[in-house]
Amino acid sequence: MAVSTTHAPITYATRVDKVGPRYQITRALRIIVVLLYAVISLIPVFWMVTAAFKSRPDVVAIPPKVFFTPTIEGFISLLTKRVLLPPAMVEEYKQRDDLNFAERIMAERGQRITGPSQYGQRLVNSVIIASASTVLSVLLGVLAAYAFSRFNVPGKGDLLFFILSTRMLPPVVVTIPIFLMYQQLRLYDTHLGLILLYTVFNLSFAVWLLKGFIDEIPREYEEAALVDGYSRLQAFRKVVLPQAITGIAATFVFCLIFAWNEYAFALMLTSERARTAPPSIPTVLGTGGIEWSAIAAGTLGFLIPVIIVTFALRDYLLRGVTFGALRK
Amino acid sequence: MQLTQTQTAPMHRRRSLTDVQIQVLFIAPTIILLVLWNIFPLFYSLYLSFTEFSVIKPDVPPAWIGLQNYNKLLNDPRIWQYFALTGRYVVTTVALQAIIGFGLALFLRERFKGSGLVTTLILIPIMMSPVVIGLFWKLIYNPAFGIFNYLIGYSVPNSGPDWLGEASRALWAIIIVDVWMWSPFVMLLCLSGLKAIPDYLYEAAAIDRASPWFQFWRITLPQVAPLLLIAILFRTIEAFKTFDLVMGLTGGGPGDSTELIAVYLYRAAFTRFTTGESSALAYIILVIVIAVSNLYVRSLNRIRGEQ
Repeated sequence: MAVSTTHAPITYATRVDKVGPRYQITRALRIIVVLLYAVISLIPVFWMVTAAFKSRPDVVAIPPKVFFTPTIEGFISLLTKRVLLPPAMVEEYKQRDDLNFAERIMAERGQRITGPSQYGQRLVNSVIIASASTVLSVLLGVLAAYAFSRFNVPGKGDLLFFILSTRMLPPVVVTIPIFLMYQQLRLYDTHLGLILLYTVFNLSFAVWLLKGFIDEIPREYEEAALVDGYSRLQAFRKVVLPQAITGIAATFVFCLIFAWNEYAFALMLTSERARTAPPSIPTVLGTGGIEWSAIAAGTLGFLIPVIIVTFALRDYLLRGVTFGALRK
Repeated sequence: MQLTQTQTAPMHRRRSLTDVQIQVLFIAPTIILLVLWNIFPLFYSLYLSFTEFSVIKPDVPPAWIGLQNYNKLLNDPRIWQYFALTGRYVVTTVALQAIIGFGLALFLRERFKGSGLVTTLILIPIMMSPVVIGLFWKLIYNPAFGIFNYLIGYSVPNSGPDWLGEASRALWAIIIVDVWMWSPFVMLLCLSGLKAIPDYLYEAAAIDRASPWFQFWRITLPQVAPLLLIAILFRTIEAFKTFDLVMGLTGGGPGDSTELIAVYLYRAAFTRFTTGESSALAYIILVIVIAVSNLYVRSLNRIRGEQ
C-alpha cells in the first residue's frame, strides 16, 4: 500500500493541555502574583534609591516623603572630601564666583570641597577583585563538580563534605587567624589576597551547586560522544559545559554578588591599596549623624553594575534544556 | 596538550588524559586551595579555644587552660537559650524562604513577555550589601519616619508598632528582612532546576490524564528536590551564621530578644575581646552546624539515590 502524498514537515507542536481557557486564566494569575511580589519586594529598594536623591531633612521627614525635590548632594558627598566651614566664613565663601556647580551645592550646607574621595579607586579595586575571584571560583568549581559528578572518586562523600564544611565556621572567628596568616604571607592589602580569599569562600558553594546541575544532565550524551571518539576532555567541553550553562550562569551571579558585597574581610585585610568599595560606603559619615543620602548614593552606584551583569545573563539563567529531551 | 577541533572522531584519543588523571587535575586545585586557606585558621582557633587570650593584649601570650572555656560555655544556660533562639530563627526563615522561593520559581517557570526583566528585578535584594541593608531597613522600620508602618496601614506617625524596639516583634522584623533578601536565591536555583525537567515527562503525564496535583508531587517536586535541598542547605548554614544583619538592625536587643548565637559570638570576639572563649564557642557552633548539615546531606543523597 503506497500512499505517496507529500506533506510539509511538521515544525510546531501544541500541548493540548495548554490551550484551554482554564490554562489561560491560571497563566494570567501566575503572572499577576509574580508581578505583585516584584513590586512589593522593590519598595525597600525604591526607598533606598529615592533616598540617594533626597536632601538630608527629606530622608528622615515625618511623615515619610514620597515626593520631594531631587538633589545630587548625596552623590557629591560620596565622591568628594569636604571640610565644614566655620559659620562666619560660609557667607563669604558663597560669594566667591569661582565656585563650580558641586561646590555651590555643598556651600549651601556650609561645606567646602577639598578634593575627590577614594570611592572611584575603590570601585576599580572592587571590579578587579570581584571579577577575578568569580571567574576563578566558577572555573575551579565546574572542574571539581564535573569530576565529582561523573567519577567514583575515592573518598568522594568525605571530600565533598570537607568542601562544604569550609563554609561552616563563623567568619568572625576566622578573621584573626587569616589576618595573622596574611601578614606573614605578605598578602595583606593586596588584590591577590582578597581574590584568593573570596575564591576560597565561594568554592564550596560553586562546587556543590554546579555538581547539582551537572548531576541533572543525563550521562548518555557524553557516553554517545565518547563512543563517537571524543576524548573525555572534549566531551566535557563540547557536551557537558554547554548543557550546564544555566547552572554556570546562576553560580556566576551568586559568586559575583558575594565577592562584590563582602565587607568584614575587606575591612580587616586591606587598608589603602586594595580596599574595595563596601567598607567605604558606611564610613561616609558626615557631621551630625548618618549621611543617608551619601550611603544610598554609594549603594546605588554599587548596585547598578551587578544588575547589569545579571540582566545580561538572564537568557542563560532562564534557558531550558538545550538539546531535545533524551528519552530514557 | 593539543586537542583537535574537528567534530568527527579525533585521532588523539590514546594520547589524551586518562580518567584518573582527569579526576586528579580537576579536583586537586580546589582541595589544595581549600586546605591551604583553612588549615591554619582552623588549627590556630582550635588551639586558642583551649587558652585564655585576648587579641587586644598581644603582649600576654595565650595561657593554656585546657577545657575551661568549653566547660564554662556548655554550663552557661544563656548559651543554650541563644542556641534555641537561633534554631527557631533558622527554621522559620529558611522555611519561609523555601516556600516563597519555590512558589515564585513555579510561577516564573513558563516564560512570558518580560519574564527576564522581572526575574532580574526580583533578584535585586540579594545584590545589595548586607551592611547597607541593615542600615536602610532600620530607617524603613522607624515608627516615626519609616515607611513600613505606613504601608501596613498606620498613617499617623508613631501610632504603629516599633518593630525593632519591642522584644516580641524584633526577631520577626529580622526574619522579614532575611526572607525578603534571600527568597530570590532559592527562587533562582529552583527555577534553573525546573527548567531542566524534560518536557516529555509532562507530555506523558498529560496523555495519561494525570491531575496537576499528581504531576506536581510525582514529577516536579522529585526533579527539583536536589537543587531545592542544596539551596536550603546553604541558606541553613548561612542563617546559623547571621550576625551582620542583626548588628545593623537591633544589635541583639531589645534585651537579648534577638541575640542569635553568632551575634553573641561577635560580641565575645570583638566587643569583649575574649578571643580564647570565642574560639571555643565558634567550635561548638561548628560542631552543631556539621551535625545539622550531615542530616541534610544524607537526605540529599537518599533523594539522588532513588532516581
